[in-house]
Amino acid sequence: MVPDDRKYSQEHEWIQLDGDVAIVGVTDYAANELGDIVFVELPETGEEFSQGDTAGTIESVKAVADLFLPVSGEVVAINEAVVDSPELVNNSPMDDGWLVKIRLSDTAELDALMDAAAYQDLIGG
Amino acid sequence: MSDLSHLKKTPLTGWHVENGGRMVEYAGYQMPVQYSGVLAEHESVREKVGLFDITHMGEIFVTGPGASDYVSGLVTNFVAKMDCGKVVYNAMCRPDGGVLDDMLVYRLADEKFMVVCNAANHDKIIAWMTDHLPAEGVTLDDQSDDVALVAVQGPQSAELVKRLDILQTRQEDLAGMDFYTFFTCEGPGGTWIVSRTGYTGEHGYEIYIPNADAAALWRELLAKGEDLGVAPVGLAARDTLRFEVCYCLYGHELAEDISPLEAGIGWAVKTKKKTGFIGQEALQAQKEQGVPRKIVCLEMTGRGIARQGCPVMYQGKEVGFVTSGTHSPTLKKALALALVAADVPEGELAVEIRGKEIACHTVDFPFLTARTKGDPMATRTLS
Repeated sequence: MVPDDRKYSQEHEWIQLDGDVAIVGVTDYAANELGDIVFVELPETGEEFSQGDTAGTIESVKAVADLFLPVSGEVVAINEAVVDSPELVNNSPMDDGWLVKIRLSDTAELDALMDAAAYQDLIGG
Repeated sequence: MSDLSHLKKTPLTGWHVENGGRMVEYAGYQMPVQYSGVLAEHESVREKVGLFDITHMGEIFVTGPGASDYVSGLVTNFVAKMDCGKVVYNAMCRPDGGVLDDMLVYRLADEKFMVVCNAANHDKIIAWMTDHLPAEGVTLDDQSDDVALVAVQGPQSAELVKRLDILQTRQEDLAGMDFYTFFTCEGPGGTWIVSRTGYTGEHGYEIYIPNADAAALWRELLAKGEDLGVAPVGLAARDTLRFEVCYCLYGHELAEDISPLEAGIGWAVKTKKKTGFIGQEALQAQKEQGVPRKIVCLEMTGRGIARQGCPVMYQGKEVGFVTSGTHSPTLKKALALALVAADVPEGELAVEIRGKEIACHTVDFPFLTARTKGDPMATRTLS
C-alpha cells in the first residue's frame, strides 16, 4: 500500500530522491481524505523555500489544504498536468499526480522524514 | 477518524457506515458527507437519480383551532389560506426582520400543519415557537426524533418513486402531482408523507416516514432503481446541488443578521399579509426603502476558488463577502454567491483569497436553471 521507494512527511507528502532533486507529491491517503480534487495551485519555477513553507494549495470541492514543503530548496519543475487536470492527483497521487521537483539545499533534512513503515503506522493499518 | 458515537443516529446510519459513507458531525447527528465521491454523486442527481438521508431535518406538528393563525403569525409567506395538500416555503423572522430559519410549511388538515426546519436551528425554532404559543387553542408536537426523511431527487425520480409497492394504488395521485404538493398514505409503521419537494433543482420527492419504515424504504429504492442508475448521495453533493441553482442555505446566504430581502427570498415575504407576522413592519419598511445589500452571482476569472467569508472587492474597496463558493461540478468552473453593497454595479469585481485579489465578474442568477417543474429532462440554460 505504502511504497518503500520514498520518504514521507507528517503532512502526508511523499518525497522521492533523484540525484539532488526531490520529487514531491501527496500520498494516496491524503488524496483520498481530501476527496475530489478540483484545484491545484503550485509555485513558480525558480522560487526558493525553506522546509515547512507553504508552497501551494490543493482544493477539493469541500476542503482546502496547504502544500507544505517537507524539504528546503529551489523549485526546478512543477507538474503542469495537475494544474490543468487536478483530478490527476486523485487518480495517480503517487506517480503522474506528482506536484513539484525541488533541488535540495540540505540533504540532511531527509533523515528526519518517515520511511514507509513509519508512515504506514501513522495512517493506521 | 474522530469519535462520533455520542451523536444522534438516523435509522439509516448503520447502512451508511456499511456502504462506504464517510460520516461527519452535522447538527448533532452523524451524517454521511459522501460515499463514492462528491462529483460522481452530484452527477447522479443531475443525470439520473440520487437518494439522500436527511432525517436530521426537524418536523414540528402544529394542531388546534388556533393553528392557522398561529403559524401565519410566525412566518413570512401566505399559509392561512393555503389548501390542504400544499407546501409553502417560508422564513421565520425576528421582529427586526433577521432570519431565524427558512422552512417548509405543510397543511395536513384545516387545523393541522407540519413545519420542517433545518437541523442546526431546531432547538432555537422549538424555543421560539413555544415562546409564542397562545394561551390555548394550539398544540406543538415535535416529532423530529421519530420521523425519518428520505429525498429522491433527479430526472429519473418520478420513474423510481412510481415503482414503490406502497404507491401502486396511488399512481394517479403521483402522476398529477405539482411541485410543492404532497399526499399521505399508510405504511407499516404509520403515516407517510410523499412530497413533491427538494433542494437540488431537479424533479424530486421528499418522503417523510416513521423511523421504523426507513431502512426498508431505502433498500426498496436502491433495488428498484438499479437500472435507473440510483446512487446514495451525501451532504457535500447536497450542498453543491443547491448552490448551482442558487437556493439559499441557512448559515450562508441566510442568517439572523441578513434580511430575507437581501438574501433574495423576498418572493416568500408577503408584507401585505393581513394577519400580520413577526418582522412584518421591519420588512415592509425595508421593501419601501430598499435594503443595503444584495446577493450576487460571481464567476471567477482568475485562478482560485472563492470560499465562504472571503472579502469581495470593487475598485480596491471591500464591498461584501462570499456566502458560498466552490467548484461547480456541472458547470466545471469556480463560482460564488456573495452578499455585497446594493450599489455595487454588475461587471468586474475581485475576491480576496489567501491575501491575494483574484478577478471575477458578476453573472446572471441562477448559475443553473432548476428543472423542478415541467420536463425533468429539459435542456437547461446556463449563465
